[in-house]
Amino acid sequence: MGLKICVVGCGAVGSLFAANLATLDDVEVWAYDLAQAHVDAINRDGLRLTGAGEVVSRLQATSDAAALPACDFGIVATKAMHSETAISATAHAFTNGCVATVQNGIGNEEVLARHVERVIRGTTFPAGKITAPGVVQWDVKGDTTFGPYEDKPAPFQEVQRLADACTRGGMPTTAVLDARGPQWRKVIFNAATNPLGALTGLTHGRVCERPDLRRLASTLVTEGKAVATAQGIVLDSDPEELIDYAARPEVAYGHKASMLQDVEARRQTEVDYLNGGIAEFGRKLGVPTPAHESIWALVKGVEASWDQ
Amino acid sequence: MNRVCIAGAGVIGSLFAGYLARVVDVTVLTRREEHATALNEAGLRVSGRGEFTSRVTAATSPDALPVPELVIVASKGGDVDSIAAELAGHWPEATLMTVQNGLGADEIVAGHGAWPLLTAVTFMSGTRHADTHVEYVLDTATWIGPSRGTTVDDARAVVALIEKAGLKAEAFDDLRPAQWSKLIFNATVNTVAAVTGLRHDSHFAALDEPSDLGFLVRNLMDEGKAVASAAGVTLDEDPWEMNVLATQRGHRHAPSMLEDVQARRLTEVDMITGSLVREAARLGVPVPLHEAMYSLIKGKEASWD
Repeated sequence: MGLKICVVGCGAVGSLFAANLATLDDVEVWAYDLAQAHVDAINRDGLRLTGAGEVVSRLQATSDAAALPACDFGIVATKAMHSETAISATAHAFTNGCVATVQNGIGNEEVLARHVERVIRGTTFPAGKITAPGVVQWDVKGDTTFGPYEDKPAPFQEVQRLADACTRGGMPTTAVLDARGPQWRKVIFNAATNPLGALTGLTHGRVCERPDLRRLASTLVTEGKAVATAQGIVLDSDPEELIDYAARPEVAYGHKASMLQDVEARRQTEVDYLNGGIAEFGRKLGVPTPAHESIWALVKGVEASWDQ
Repeated sequence: MNRVCIAGAGVIGSLFAGYLARVVDVTVLTRREEHATALNEAGLRVSGRGEFTSRVTAATSPDALPVPELVIVASKGGDVDSIAAELAGHWPEATLMTVQNGLGADEIVAGHGAWPLLTAVTFMSGTRHADTHVEYVLDTATWIGPSRGTTVDDARAVVALIEKAGLKAEAFDDLRPAQWSKLIFNATVNTVAAVTGLRHDSHFAALDEPSDLGFLVRNLMDEGKAVASAAGVTLDEDPWEMNVLATQRGHRHAPSMLEDVQARRLTEVDMITGSLVREAARLGVPVPLHEAMYSLIKGKEASWD
């Protein structure tokens, strides 16, 4: 029997999942997104990926949540600050299904769990950008990890079923019982590097080659690890290694962090779910996070400066 | 006192030059030849809180200027060393007064000659519209104290001259408490403004949400206070109270480091935060947040390449 999967938030990352999953004969893909031009282009011409992989897929896209059928799975890929709006609009499609997040930051599962019964914790590394309505440039390939969300878990065999579909579709995905380790590794990596790029205007590689900024990134990593450890989370690898790996010329030396792109475009950033998320968990657990709190306040200050 | 030389005519130097020329002969030592020529030909226009034009005598070398009794070294902090080097061997009887942000400008000057020295901090601000036009914006005071070979009476004499010229000034037996208050205030407010792009406004005192900037501002000031305390300095004013008061006045001042960043000019972070961090290291006081702000500003400067 085929699967119905709805991608909620069909931006760059959502489009990578939607287009790849739609190559499978046994999966019917829906995409929910508010960008009408993107929706119309997908319905008219299909969804096209270029770059790291060339894919053109037919799928059904809509900006009308009421048009969504009952689905087996949801994959939420909105910016973190839009989770609440997106899932409250679409929750009806997942009454009998499971909903996964592949969003940045921490706290997204908690939001989803307020609206749906079975939640899958997720972390994904692939990245890209929308270059035209219906067209997404696939910049970086990478793995995805799914696991049951502890407070409202999806059955593990359902997690495996979704992971299997993603893998078969071309998005290598692993199902694990505890997905917090991979998620915190990525959150700590992002929180230690994205805001330093956003606050200075430097690319990832240039941040890393300045010894004092690299030390500041390490301070952020150390605080983040302490917050993870206090929750009993074992990171699947050291974020420090990921930082140095990404700084290599052939990886992401010249990459402008998404938060820097947001700041340059004067769009609200995801800092509340990165440094803010780590700081809030730290506060609840009694783990001091002075560097994350400071960085959080500075990025919020940058956002506030646009209203002056 | 009949003749004052202003060495370095940016905003602060131009304000001193324009006002003091109303009561004494003023010479101006500039870096650029065209700046000196323009001042000699057009004079120096002051607008804003005043509206007048002063005659000054300007040159790019001390050899071309008559001997002054007082030299106000008014350059940006990073230029103090080169200006003092240029003055070396000249005007041994003159008193030199530094007015830079941060700490230690007088010590830099002291390394270049045996002049009597005064140290000052200034709170006045303005906008430089041209080599020959400065606007006087904030009419706050300049604080002056003895440094090397001077007493508070020497400071009072300069205060009297500055007040006679129409600016505000105050003499201190020991400037360090005031200097440190201003340093901690500046190192915090300037860097936070420059990194965020925010003018100095109510955000800097907000303590409602966990991500409010007031917590960072207060933490930075607490680090600074710990350094002052380790240096044996009792602060003149509490920088946090200075911050709260300034933001309540509601005029949303753009700190100079914010203006520098917006114009993509190198900032004075080495002189301001740098001097605090160096003192902290000397005294063994941890200042991780000031170090972070310093790194972020340096990173921002590097991003313009």
